[in-house]
Amino acid sequence: MKRLKRILADAYLGIIFLLMYAPIATLMVLSFNSSKSRAKWGGFTLDWYQKLLDSPEIMEALMNTLSIAFFSALIATVIGTLACIAINRMRKSTKGLFLALNNIPLLNGDIVTGISMMLVFIAFGITFGYGSILIAHTTFNIPYVVLSVLPRLRQTNRSTYEAAMDLGAAPVQAFVKVVLPELFPGILSGFLMAFTMSLDDFIITHFTKGAGINTLSTLIYSEVRRGIQPTMYALSTIMFIAALVLLALAGRPKRKKEAV
Amino acid sequence: MKIKKNLSKTLLAGPYLVWMIAFTIIPLCMVGVYGLTDRTGVFTMDNLTLLAQRGYMKALLLSLGLSLLSTVICLALSYPLAMILRSRGNGRKGFMVFLFILPMWMNFLLRTLAWRTLLEKNGVINALLDLMGLPSLQIINTPAAIVLGMVYNFLPFMILPVYNCLMKIDNDVINAAKDLGANAFQTFFRVILPLSVPGIISGVTMVFIPALTTFVISDLLGGGKVLLIGNIIEQKFTTANNWHVGSGLSLVLMIFILISMAVLNKYDKNGEGNAF
Repeated sequence: MKRLKRILADAYLGIIFLLMYAPIATLMVLSFNSSKSRAKWGGFTLDWYQKLLDSPEIMEALMNTLSIAFFSALIATVIGTLACIAINRMRKSTKGLFLALNNIPLLNGDIVTGISMMLVFIAFGITFGYGSILIAHTTFNIPYVVLSVLPRLRQTNRSTYEAAMDLGAAPVQAFVKVVLPELFPGILSGFLMAFTMSLDDFIITHFTKGAGINTLSTLIYSEVRRGIQPTMYALSTIMFIAALVLLALAGRPKRKKEAV
Repeated sequence: MKIKKNLSKTLLAGPYLVWMIAFTIIPLCMVGVYGLTDRTGVFTMDNLTLLAQRGYMKALLLSLGLSLLSTVICLALSYPLAMILRSRGNGRKGFMVFLFILPMWMNFLLRTLAWRTLLEKNGVINALLDLMGLPSLQIINTPAAIVLGMVYNFLPFMILPVYNCLMKIDNDVINAAKDLGANAFQTFFRVILPLSVPGIISGVTMVFIPALTTFVISDLLGGGKVLLIGNIIEQKFTTANNWHVGSGLSLVLMIFILISMAVLNKYDKNGEGNAF
């Protein structure tokens, strides 16, 4: 009975895993397909990986995507972490209000966030392009940072900070040397979460980018009607593998610590 | 001295507060202004009452129906999954997040498009069904495919909060219930389920809202045949160039969003969510 239960549970986990990863496997297979059609297998090829480097359009979109993801996550991490220190000290009612506002971009539909920012960029006279996308991405990234840093901050022991001050450290010094290392796992996971969300965003970018600039998402969207170039599959396969390796490396020491 | 210290600490929230006002609050007010005026800038409710027209109403009701269905399916899939993972012990939280965040590194549009390849008339799934002698599945370009796309894309947003919430339940509480004579059924319905409500609520809002407002999934898997409210709003802003109507319809969506926020705040006392 117990064994049967375990087998059923494993089967269930397997099915969900299959659901999550079936499309990814499909894209990986398609990246090696010599036929341009999504529906037909034309034999194995590495051509698309080669052509990737010859496509300035894709390379430019890739650079935009990565740099926007990096800088928006970085700015969000700084603003969000600073805000957390203040939020942690706020009175309960102020804190509740602040966090409710913090939740708006998370809960608001992307389409509403996107069009609302588009309207405000026009009203403020902000030029559409790299900068407007960066602002938009930073806006939806800060809440993720706040939600990962704040619980960590609450767990940190205040007396270590005070001990550092008693031992003659200046407040900033005490913060950098004592509090920051303790917060670091939260900050890192907030940064990675923000980076990933920015990377995967389409809807908000769609409304805030203006003409003449593309991220991978918007480039793919513009290709949907005329057919996606298989080079895109090749690129996303590379990115997926890179993420797998990077996140596995980043996750390893942390898991070890948790086990202790 | 103490007040000064606290003040300087509070100032650290300043940059975020300014950012929030400029890029979250003012933008939402702008949607309100556009939604409640016409092209000449005169106040009107027309952009909202437009919804009573058949085409708009149909899209809204369809969106509500499909997103509710997706939310229910996500919950039904996630809860047993989270229970199984809970029973498999601690120390796996990082790995779980990793497993469900990782797919996001493969572009959202490509992942959704991949379902076309899988679901098409001569697609992978039908080839497999054929091999097993089963009847073929014709769901591409129908609302069913859209529901599948929604469930696929938003499932992680249900799994993570439910899982995190279940992991927070102390084993002692469950053991106490058992010691006091509760059977498995009672333990679940009277102890575990009530304690996991905050996770369920936060999962439900995080699936329902994106599903309700999407236009991409219906675009890619509905083959342009199924119009959701999100599609109509998107068209108003991009092709039809009627921002006032688009904003008015967005205001209607914001009503549903506000309801979800209110419910969420009621159950999530410290306002920190359960998602991550």
